[in-house]
Amino acid sequence: MMKHKKKEPLFRISKSGFVPLHKAWAIRIGALLLALVVCAFIIYSIIKLNPLKVYGTMFQGAFGTNKRMWVTIRDTMMLLCIGLGLAPAFKMRFWNIGAEGQVLVGGIASAACMIYLRGKMSSTAVLPIMFVCSMLAGAIWGFIPGYFKAKYGTNETLFTLMMNYIAIQLTSYFVALWENPYGSNTVGVINSRDKFGWFPPIFGQMYGLNVIIVLVLVVFIYIYLNYTKQGFEISVVGDSENTAKYCGIDVKRVIIRTMIISGAICGIAGFLAVAGAGHTISVSTAGGRGFTTIIVAWMAKFNSFVMVLFSALLVFLEKGAMEIASRYQLSDYVSNMIIGIILFFILGSEFFINFKVRLRQRYAKDKSQ
Amino acid sequence: MKKLFTVLFVLVFALTVVAVNAEAAAEDFKLGVILVHDENSGYDMAHIDGVKGAQEKLGLTDDQIIFKYNIPETEACYDNAVDLAEQGCDLIISDSYGHQSYMMQAAAEYPDVIFLAATGDTAWKEPMENVANFFPHTYESRYVSGIVAGMKLKELLDSGKVTDPYVGYVGAYPYAEVVSGYTAFFLGIRSIVPDAHMDVQYTNSWYDPKAEGEAANALISRGCVIIGQHADSTGAPSAIQAAKDSGKIVYSVGYNISMLAVAPTAALTSAQNRWAALYTPTIEKAMKGEAIPKDYSVGYANDAVQIAPLGPEVAEGTQEAVDSAIAGIIDGSLNVFDTANYTVKGEKITTFLALDTDGDWVGDTGEAIEDGIFVESKLISAPYFSLRIDGITELTNE
Repeated sequence: MMKHKKKEPLFRISKSGFVPLHKAWAIRIGALLLALVVCAFIIYSIIKLNPLKVYGTMFQGAFGTNKRMWVTIRDTMMLLCIGLGLAPAFKMRFWNIGAEGQVLVGGIASAACMIYLRGKMSSTAVLPIMFVCSMLAGAIWGFIPGYFKAKYGTNETLFTLMMNYIAIQLTSYFVALWENPYGSNTVGVINSRDKFGWFPPIFGQMYGLNVIIVLVLVVFIYIYLNYTKQGFEISVVGDSENTAKYCGIDVKRVIIRTMIISGAICGIAGFLAVAGAGHTISVSTAGGRGFTTIIVAWMAKFNSFVMVLFSALLVFLEKGAMEIASRYQLSDYVSNMIIGIILFFILGSEFFINFKVRLRQRYAKDKSQ
Repeated sequence: MKKLFTVLFVLVFALTVVAVNAEAAAEDFKLGVILVHDENSGYDMAHIDGVKGAQEKLGLTDDQIIFKYNIPETEACYDNAVDLAEQGCDLIISDSYGHQSYMMQAAAEYPDVIFLAATGDTAWKEPMENVANFFPHTYESRYVSGIVAGMKLKELLDSGKVTDPYVGYVGAYPYAEVVSGYTAFFLGIRSIVPDAHMDVQYTNSWYDPKAEGEAANALISRGCVIIGQHADSTGAPSAIQAAKDSGKIVYSVGYNISMLAVAPTAALTSAQNRWAALYTPTIEKAMKGEAIPKDYSVGYANDAVQIAPLGPEVAEGTQEAVDSAIAGIIDGSLNVFDTANYTVKGEKITTFLALDTDGDWVGDTGEAIEDGIFVESKLISAPYFSLRIDGITELTNE
């Protein structure tokens, strides 16, 4: 006979302590495989296609041709760049939801240089100017919420979010100013004839410069966050403001400085989007990436090298989904469903890394332990 | 004799080879289609129908056509145009105006592939040979849909239910394609109700159900009783039906698709394009390896435009008025933009330069007016009637 005094819950969840790296990654990869299995069932039962063929198609969509691979790389770099911008702010527990706007103002600055400096200098000379202008524009967009947070303790989530809408309106204004043709509300490809202000091909690769700039940033952010005094200050402020104050860290200064850096890197992403990819400016230049990257930064725990992986995964899923829609003439919703399931499992796996879940054990067995 | 046989044999053989080659060319042919939205948007659905219609007529297999859905008017269009070219497409067609500059960018890199930006307007001035534009005579179907609206307006005025012949229009962007469309619609109305006047509310988007609904509501509250549209969603007709159900007198004239599904009693008709009439000959030429004209535009005479089935509340005699207008358009006795029918700032128009070569968006060449008639979509396929005629007010809310 077993008598329970108090019924034990079916699941017991407890915080797990240190999880070795290989185990954490085993859980993540397991989650990914499980997601693929669940998707396979859905693909097979709803759209009656061979799931393996569908996955093959996704892979082809992202890497099928040399061109596609480079577009995938370009978009990965773009996502990664914004993620790198968000990492310092997030590590400081400053919720910068404003990447979208910071990218847009950076893009506006680049587009302005392409339009107004044309004919005044060479295309190679204008690129550094565009780089600096975009960085400054993004820095200003990051500075404003940083300053108000440091000075008046405003809510940075709302503040940065609102700054996005201002940036979008600003972009609309410039699109109307530069529209081509008149009344069409699009700027079109800027300087399509002489390619003034476009990234030059590097080693014959149109997007070579995008890769170089972002990879330099990856290394920079990694070192900055992990091996510099400022990086240390950021993590102390993030963990506990009071501790930081006690250590004699000027918290306000750190907040403002970090937000300037965060915004500046997002501004660079705007430069990449305009000079290195789209050669135009529109309200969709950032394309929601400012929000998508929040997932990237979080999943990678602000480790810039891990961010490369997650950016690539997200872009791969997006390209793959588009190819499925095109190849099998499906609505986008089906492929978005697959993306959703995969993301759900990967994000969910973090729970199983951070927490231990134990099933209710038999009373007798429990007692004997 | 032997020689003759040899010659004959060679001839027959050669002809067979040619025939097989021609067939092989048709089998090898690949078409790429870039769509700004998917089948949920009436505008894109009309394009998909057009492609499918051409496919059936020309006997293309599904493998020969690659669709790309939901391609925004950004570098994504360039990426996808390049991708289609790399997949071996011989002809690539994009369906939205904003795709054009990206199509041209891709065209420069793939000179052997033809890039056609439907509704675009720059192919004529491109030095490249492999670019083209096409556009149906939408102004004709808009004029005819205006007649349906005019008949209803007249009925409402005659019965005393309405005293002010006030018309509204939900437009996407303030440029020639939209201006040409609403002017044609308005002239259709005015051919029945001479003192009608119209307000145009822009949404600054091709597809925004919410903004289109709001624009329609704003026009209703100003007192408009008929509302036309040049925007691609069902936002306006849905809002109009809701207003009508709440007791307002207001009717909708839609675009692209029949609006009877969303506005069963408020919808009068819709102006529609039959894109197959453009896709079929264009794809056929590309399949045969013939040159594709840089601009191609046809209308009622070639079955490229039509209006949707009439709604249940259209005025009596509408069908007859519609039929006679269509007959007039086809036989040339009715000219939509006859300068005798409108004025600009009180003046009759005698000259209008339609084409811009120096990039300032002001026409500097191409006289559009022939014998007192503004001839639309003849110099280039895209509409260029951008005059703001008397009787129409463009509202600005900014």
